Formats: sequence, structure tokens, C-alpha cells
Amino acid sequence: MADEKKLFKVTIDNITIEVEPGTSILQAARRIGGDVAPPAMCYYTKLKGSGGKCRTCLVEVAAGSTADPRPMPKLVASCRTNVMDGMVVKNITSEKVIDARNGVVEMLLINHPLDCPICDQAGECHLQDLSYEHGKEGTRYEFERRTFKKHDLGPYIQLHMTRCILCYRCVFTADQLTEKRVHGVLDRGDHSEIATYIEKSLENDFIGNIIDVCPVGALTDKTFRFKNRVWFLKPVDAHRNCNHPKCNGKATLWYRGDEVFRVTARKDQWGEVEDWICNECRFEKKKTSDWEIEGPTKVNRHSVISQGHYVGTVRPQEVVYDVMGGRAPKLLMDIHNVSEVNRPEIDLSKLERPAHSTDFSPHEER
Amino acid sequence: MGRKLLLEKAHVEGIRGYDVYRREGGYRSVEKALKTMTPDQVTEEVKKSGLRGRGGAGFPTGMKWSFLAKPEGVPRYLVCNADESEPGTFKDRYLMEFLPHLLIEGLIVSSYALGSKSTYIYIRGEYAWIPDILEQAIEEARANNFLGKNILGTGFDCEIYVHRGAGAYICGEETALIESLEGKRGNPRIKPPFPAVKGVWDCPTVVNNVETLAAVVPIINEGGEAYSKIGVGKSTGTKLLSACGNINKPGVYEIDMTISVEEFIFSDEYCGGIPNGKRLKACIPGGSSVPILPANLLLKTAKGETRMMNYESLADGGFPKGSMMGSGGFIVLDEDQCVVRNTLTLARFYRHESCGQCSPCREGTGWMEKILKNIEYGKGKSSDIDLLWDIQRKIEGNTICPLGDAAAWPVAAAIRHFRDEFEWHVKNPVESQHRNFGLAHYADPLEVVPA
Repeated sequence: MADEKKLFKVTIDNITIEVEPGTSILQAARRIGGDVAPPAMCYYTKLKGSGGKCRTCLVEVAAGSTADPRPMPKLVASCRTNVMDGMVVKNITSEKVIDARNGVVEMLLINHPLDCPICDQAGECHLQDLSYEHGKEGTRYEFERRTFKKHDLGPYIQLHMTRCILCYRCVFTADQLTEKRVHGVLDRGDHSEIATYIEKSLENDFIGNIIDVCPVGALTDKTFRFKNRVWFLKPVDAHRNCNHPKCNGKATLWYRGDEVFRVTARKDQWGEVEDWICNECRFEKKKTSDWEIEGPTKVNRHSVISQGHYVGTVRPQEVVYDVMGGRAPKLLMDIHNVSEVNRPEIDLSKLERPAHSTDFSPHEER
Repeated sequence: MGRKLLLEKAHVEGIRGYDVYRREGGYRSVEKALKTMTPDQVTEEVKKSGLRGRGGAGFPTGMKWSFLAKPEGVPRYLVCNADESEPGTFKDRYLMEFLPHLLIEGLIVSSYALGSKSTYIYIRGEYAWIPDILEQAIEEARANNFLGKNILGTGFDCEIYVHRGAGAYICGEETALIESLEGKRGNPRIKPPFPAVKGVWDCPTVVNNVETLAAVVPIINEGGEAYSKIGVGKSTGTKLLSACGNINKPGVYEIDMTISVEEFIFSDEYCGGIPNGKRLKACIPGGSSVPILPANLLLKTAKGETRMMNYESLADGGFPKGSMMGSGGFIVLDEDQCVVRNTLTLARFYRHESCGQCSPCREGTGWMEKILKNIEYGKGKSSDIDLLWDIQRKIEGNTICPLGDAAAWPVAAAIRHFRDEFEWHVKNPVESQHRNFGLAHYADPLEVVPA
């Protein structure tokens, strides 16, 4: 019988589990799951060398190990700190951690444009989730937010540098998936930016994956841009026989009605890509006939994407009259009085496809 | 007068050249170490000397050397950190400019102790003229068989290379320096692994400050024990201080850490007092990132003892009531200086020099600078002071490298000790534009809290 591997016992937020030596605190916490898993904005399991930068996954180590039970003096980045036998970690049970994390979230947001209403990432944005969980309702930042000169990355990928949180994931992706990285981080400090030094388009066969690894809306798909909101789409697992030797053609198709709006790699419950897909699968194959459908993608029920089934929903009871003691709210302006698109009877949620101007046209009877 | 070990011969004419340096007793330590000692004995002498890192943190050098991993068949490296970029610190420049052979000598001995066959000097890009001086010294040393193959016939090979930085403060942080030396973007690495295990090209590496490595020369010449008798307590040997600001005689001074802060500022042997009959208001005793102290806390500790120029005494009282020896950049502010302005200048520096890797430092440094700018230019609010305090608190300790702490400490200390000056700026936005707060009560004797 082979020697049994010694497992390390680690206690995170009073829950003890056994993990293999060499596991990071973050991975151990993810094994427990739920709220115990610290948020990670820059760490990516598949990317070697990632992590440690965003500081959202900071945890307190209350006891280093059984052999050396001293606490660690500073909060540590759980994604880059390995567990020791007998380690005691405090994540959500530590006030220090919550305070530091709130601080990091505030710092991440002070220069973020908060343009979620027009951002394609909204609904699947990690920063959005993070700020809902840890952010404050108001900001203490009273200065002009940072902006950048526009930079074109070619026909597939749109860069919005103002949204970037400099997680370096796309840099690691390009380093590890492509032969030669043509983009990187220029400059330093608060004016550092993702760019190609001389305007150049990103053209590697696998470069599309940087869209998937981007935790925010800094890198978005130009073929999907402004076409739809992700929560209106239904994700469906599918595969195809891809000719690219390195691509196994497993992807997620995002449908609205019977139209494929975009193709992404499949992601696990932590939002991390399972298999990288090539540019051809991602950008060129947008017909159902290109793919073999496997079935609906499992989506976490807390995700806004699983909420996107508007057909047949019941409108909640209107309470405003009760609140106002029977009085009707005073309308300053009724859009229907001034709009040419005047079809108040149309219920957008009943449309199984993107709304179009013809839906509202007063001259066209449906 | 204190003893001088490093700068003793600095004024001998022609000391920059090999011949004069050798005639004045140079390279004795190389002969002694290589011919009569084993590498471990050299390390042992350095340990005995109690030498502490002169770059800022003050970590015992001998201990750092003994941490170096020594796996078989893997090269080890010694890197000399000459990326001296801390505002107020210019002691290494002086040393390299006037006594280049002293550094080379220290490097050879240290390389021998650590087993480094390729040793690097990482010098900041702004010291544009110094690499030439160092390279000439290296050439001369090689011509006299102190470098290259089979040094002095002992079988030890060593080469020293000078590497120029490209102008980034962050590359003075040892892991960022290593990244930069490898030709990458100078982002600090996440520790562990520490450089002693995985440093340059993933090989065990020791990074030491210029002054630390130069101090190895007198340690070997005189023996570790003799060296440890100079100074007080754990502050052994001599320390170079670069004094600047409102003093009569700015410059680099070598002290043996037995004098008081008051003596250092006011005696004619050192800074020579404050010009134009002005009074002392505040001082940053160890380079821009250490906490600023008002005059009353600078000259006497919270316990009422006289504050001395050494590691322990300067740090007495912790951060609330003390400061740090740091890298020895001694900045003196007289009563005409504005602490808000000074803090803004430092905040601007750290904003500019943040590498941009971790979010708290990248975003927080810029935020602090903007708030300080508002306060300085009469647009501040009283809530801004608390906000500043909260921002610095959230940066400190939450970043990969100590630059976050270095950016937070000056702001924290300025608010801690000079809060009324900040408040005065906020409450008198117009007056603060043409008048300074002045000395106020910052030199008044403090009530001694019995220990």
C-alpha cells in the first residue's frame, strides 16, 4: 500500500476541513464554499502567477500552524498564502478583514466609472457583485474620476480602460496561452493602463479568452457589444468539432429566442473558465447549426442571469397607494404624453427576442 | 568626536583611484578574508558585529546572510541595492562617488562569504554619472587581480556588474529590484518565497544596501567584536546620515550613534544649527517615509529622556510618540515650514511612485494627494482630516510591499502630531494662502508621562 498523503487540517471561520499540503487558503475556503470563500478579483486558478494584487481576498491568520501557533501580524492575501497544518483563519468572522475589505472595495470603486447601465459586463461583473456585498451606498470621493486616451485593440476586443481594475489577468492569459504577448501594463501607479505600446490589434487565436477572464467590463466582445443585456440571454452548453488543435470546442451559447448572441467559454461556479476556446468558436460561430446543443447551463440561482425569465412573471402588487394613504403619486411628466413611440400596452417582458423600434411603431399593426 | 570607519579617508586626494586607495590600506579586508578565513567565518564576523541593514528596515545583516539557501549546483547571487531614491537620503551617492573602491572591496568580501560569483550593483538611473565611476573602479580592481578569475590565487572567482535602473523608487524594494534586474517591469513580488530562497532568476539571492556592504570592510579589518563595541546596544558601528532642510551645514555625516539628536542638529561638528536664527519646528529623522516628529518629541522622548541618534532611541514610543532611523535621511523643518505642504509633497511623491499593482496603494495614494491639495490650497473641509486618517489606515499593512506603509506613515504622523495645523488650514482658507501656521506650541516641553 502506498503511503497515505498527510492532509493538513485547517480551520476557516470555525469550520475545519482537511486539504492537501500546498493548497492555498482561498482554495481551502472554496472547498467549504458559501460566504466563507473570500472574493477574488485578480486571482485565477488557471493562470500561473496570478493573484495577490487586488487585496480583496485578505484574511486574518489567527494561528499560523500547530507547530507555530503565533498569529500572522498582517492580513494576508488568501490566494497566495498556503495552508499549514493546524492553521486557524478568520474571514467573515474577523472585523479587521471586513473593514480592510470594505476599504479595498472603496478604493477599487473611486476611479471606476460606475457606468453599469451601459456596460456589457453588467449582470456578470465581479466588481458589481463585490460592491453590492461590500460597498457603501455613497462615495467619499469628490474628485474627477480618472480617464484614459482611447486605445483600439482590433476587430474583436473592446478596451474600456476606465473600468479596468488592473488585475493583470489578461496579461497572464496572453503570456500563458499565446506565443507572444502584444499587450501589457504601461506606466505605473494610478495612471498605469492596459495597452499595446504601439497601436496594434490583438490577433492571436486564443486572445478572445481575455474577455472571459476580465472580472470587469474593461475587455468586452466587440461582436456582442451593445446587442443585449446578459440577463435577457439564456446560456446553453454546446460543443462543436473545432479544427484548431488546441481548442476542444466546448462553449456556452447565449440565446435570446433562437438567436445566438454570443459565445463564451464555460465557467465554473467561481466564474472561472473551464476550457479555453479559440477565437473562431467565440467570434465566428454564431448559428445554432454550427453547434451541437447539450442542454441549459447550470446557473447559480443567486445570479441575475437566472432571473432573466420574464415571460409569465406576475407583477407585484402596487403598494404606492397604500403608502401614500390612498393618494396617487404626482407625475411630473408622463412619457406617453410626449413620446412618439406610444404603445403603453406593449409589455416588454413578453417579447422573446430583443425589443426593436418596430415593436413600438404606431403605424405598424402586429 | 565620534569614530569614522567609512568616511575616514574620504578627503584624501585621489582616493577615488586604485593606487591611492590601496596605499591608504584599501583591499586589506579582501586579502584577510580570502586568504585566512572561510566564507562561514566571514558571515560569523558580520553576525558578531551586530551590523544592521542600512537601507531602512534595520534588519541584522548577519542573520539575513545566514538565511540564504545553499542548495547544491545552484548559483547564488549578491545584489547591491544602490537604488537610493528616498527623498532626503543621499548617503550612498556620496559613498559611491568618493569611495567607489570601498564599496567594491565590501562587495568582494561579501560575495566571498555568500558564494556569489556574479554580483550586481543595481543603481538608480538618476545617478547617471556614478556607474562610470564604479565601472572604472571595477576595471582597476580587476587589473590588480581583486576581481575576475582566481582572485589573489585563492581560487575564488567573482565578477561585479553595474546595472542601471530606469528611474523608479519602487525598484529599491528588493523584490521589485530583482524583477527589474531580470529585465521585467519593476513590480514587487509576493513574499514568500523570499529572495533568500528564490531571488534573481529563481536562485537564492541576498540584497543589501550600499552602506551595509561598505561596512563589511571595517568589520573584517577590525573584527566583528571590535565593531560591535562602537555605538550603543543593538545600534552598533557607525551610520551615515544625510542631513538636509533648514540647517547651516547640509551634507553627509558619519556618526557612531552615541550622540543626541539635539547635538546632531545644533553642534558645529554636524548640522551647525538652523540658519537665520529660526527655531526648530519638526524633523523627519530617517528619510521621507518615516513618521515626522514635532520639536518637543524629537529632542526628548515621551518618557522625558534625551533622544539619541540610534535605532532604539529614535523608535522609542512606537509610532504614536516616536519615529524610525530609516535610511538616515535627516530632514529638518524650521518654524517657517508648513507641515501640510510638506505632507502634500510627500503624498505626491508616493502617488507618482506607486507601481499600481495593489488596489489600496494605487488608488489610495492618489486620493490622499488630492485631499491634501485641497487642504493646502484652502479648499479643504474639516471632515477631510478624518477621511485622510481613514484612507491611510486602509492602505497601511494591506499591500504587497512596504510602499503602501511608506505612503501612509507620513500622512498618519502629520495628522497625529500636527492636527491643529491642518485644522487651521481648513478654518482659515484665505489666511493660510499667505501665512504659515508658524511654530505654535510644537516646541513646548511636553508633560512627562511616568512610565
